[in-house]
Amino acid sequence: MLIALIASVSIVGCRGDAPQGDSLAAIRQRGEITWGGDVQGGEPYVFEDPEHPDQVIGFEVDIMNAVARRLGVRARMVQYAWSNLVPSLERGDFDVIANGLEATTERRQRILLSDPYFVYAETLTVRRDSDVRSVFDLAGKRVGTLNQSYAYDILRMLYGDAKVYEGNEEPYQDLALGRIDAVLLDNIIADRYGCIAARPTLKCLPYDVARGTYVIGIRKADRALKQAIDGALAAMRADGELERILRKANLWDARQLEAPPSEGHAIRGRALDGDMVLQFLAAAWVTLELSVLAFLIAVPLGVALAIARVYGGAPVRAAARIYIELFRGTPVLLQLFVLYYGVASLISLGPIEAAVIGLGLNYAAYEAEVYRGALLAIPRGQSEAARALGLGPAQTLRHILIPQALRLALPPMTNDFVSLLKDSSLVSVIAVIELTKRMTIAAVDMRGWLVPGALCAAMYLALSFPLSELARRLERRLARDQRPLAL
Amino acid sequence: MISVRSLCKRHGERAVLTEVTAEVARGETIAIVGPSGGGKTTLLRCLNYLERFDAGEIEIAGERLVPGMAASDPALRRLRTRVGMVFQQFNLFPHLTALDNIALAPRVVKRVAAPDAIAAAHALLARVGLADRAGAYPHELSGGQQQRVAIARALAQEPDVMLFDEPTSALDPEMRDDVMDVIRGLAEGGMTMLVVTHEMQLAHDVASRVWVIDHGAVVEDGPPAQVVDQPRTAVARELFGRLRRASP
Repeated sequence: MLIALIASVSIVGCRGDAPQGDSLAAIRQRGEITWGGDVQGGEPYVFEDPEHPDQVIGFEVDIMNAVARRLGVRARMVQYAWSNLVPSLERGDFDVIANGLEATTERRQRILLSDPYFVYAETLTVRRDSDVRSVFDLAGKRVGTLNQSYAYDILRMLYGDAKVYEGNEEPYQDLALGRIDAVLLDNIIADRYGCIAARPTLKCLPYDVARGTYVIGIRKADRALKQAIDGALAAMRADGELERILRKANLWDARQLEAPPSEGHAIRGRALDGDMVLQFLAAAWVTLELSVLAFLIAVPLGVALAIARVYGGAPVRAAARIYIELFRGTPVLLQLFVLYYGVASLISLGPIEAAVIGLGLNYAAYEAEVYRGALLAIPRGQSEAARALGLGPAQTLRHILIPQALRLALPPMTNDFVSLLKDSSLVSVIAVIELTKRMTIAAVDMRGWLVPGALCAAMYLALSFPLSELARRLERRLARDQRPLAL
Repeated sequence: MISVRSLCKRHGERAVLTEVTAEVARGETIAIVGPSGGGKTTLLRCLNYLERFDAGEIEIAGERLVPGMAASDPALRRLRTRVGMVFQQFNLFPHLTALDNIALAPRVVKRVAAPDAIAAAHALLARVGLADRAGAYPHELSGGQQQRVAIARALAQEPDVMLFDEPTSALDPEMRDDVMDVIRGLAEGGMTMLVVTHEMQLAHDVASRVWVIDHGAVVEDGPPAQVVDQPRTAVARELFGRLRRASP
């Protein structure tokens, strides 16, 4: 049933309503070519104009406008998450991709690639005091890069793995903080985010680790469109428009005049094998570890907050309420960013530590409300009986109220824990590879979501089901007098 | 053992207790009777400060209670180990066995060693006729059995005074006798007790004195032979007349 569901989703995802035949005629008829990009890639690719935030600018905007003009149409950029650009192109969501798309053998097997419009170099950035001189000194070092980038492929080819980030800023910030030892990324990114005046402790090594090209991505069937785009790019190169555009963006360098590098590398496509299952198991362990540790923070803190809200004096009640509203009312993603990057200059937490603390603090707010409800549901007579026996407030809480409240709270707590297992996938934003992240990486390697998706789902279920079962038994043991009456 | 002087309590505009003054000597069993809403339960709850009062004072088991004492007052903690309370709805702790319900307070409040507290709890269960139900949880016990566990739980603190708030009102008639027998046994053993009750038989046969409370005041106070058999006030006549008709 689940497998069938995933399969049907993936069929919709893969096939969709991909246009048949050539798009060039349709584009000319429409008078508009649409291209996919992600403004999160930032300056200089495609980004929102600081002066007019409703407009996008960047050298790729200029290139696409020029290409469109030479095709006799207008160009319109559509926003998509960068990592989904290729599947979205295949689905027919837009006509072409023009957003730092690297020419790789693997991509060429899947879609058509235009001639290059830019030659980039993979650049290694390290701290000034580092002894790293080249990409071959990185054994045993922690190296950061962007997910699904050429640099990531190089690192995996050489060293098996790397620490992957989603944004341009974060890898260099972590490098400056000493959380990693080197960053390998395009010179475009390195020149703008890495070796800059604002990061005096970092330097970029002068040798190109590798070169690659940016190309326009086109659907497999659109041969005529590729020809037209290649013609437009050749004309732009010949009459100097390409150089003007790249100079304007401060991107023109000698590399652009040399022959474009051959596509030296091919990503090894992967099949489901023992290694991948082991990687998934390791990721599942990270997910479980994160969730259990975070819950171990959330439960006691939640109990304390609930007690503060129910029995505390006015200032204590107000403080607990503010905590709960703050952590429950803002996205956990934001809290993780603040904890890992925002306060990094004050306390530098490791990614796992930050993830555990962030999820723990967030879930404590939810647990607090569950326990508050449970405390309020205990009949008043229980506290009176305890008081009449001479138990003090702390003794009454510990021996009478909390045991009964936890028993009432067990079903919602189980719920919250299962939900935490899945929410823990959010921590991939701070460079922790857990189960969902592993799935997205495997999906890229395997060029499909079906097998990694099913494997990932099976592992989440394998984690959550025993827990629900354990909770069910515990509930039966604890709540002997709470069996429901048959209706 | 107990001395109540000019006790007053108001709920907003309504006076619940008006200038109640009374004395109880060691070993006495007082049956407190009266129409509903007359203030019987409130008076009883004031005696161990579960209920605050506005004026007057109480001396009970060597502690002096006055209006406005803080919940954390050590005198109150001492008071509650000397004065046991039994509730109409039993209020047993549902997550603990009968044995643990009884042994909890001595262990936690008086720091009695666990084996001693458990041995004492077994003895108390035997005393209320439930030696074989030590491991039962409250929901596995009948109402009468629960109330007897609740009495044993209060006795475990070895109190000087026992307060009963309508201990048989929530029980079926056939279970009342078991609870009544326990209370009678305590009276014969010399325990000082105050029992709020509608139970004619208890007032007549077990009590050494009967208080009739109406509109927040003790309107009759005397031995059962006098108060039950020859009531002076209209409220007592009406009350005992009805109780007499209701009892077989």
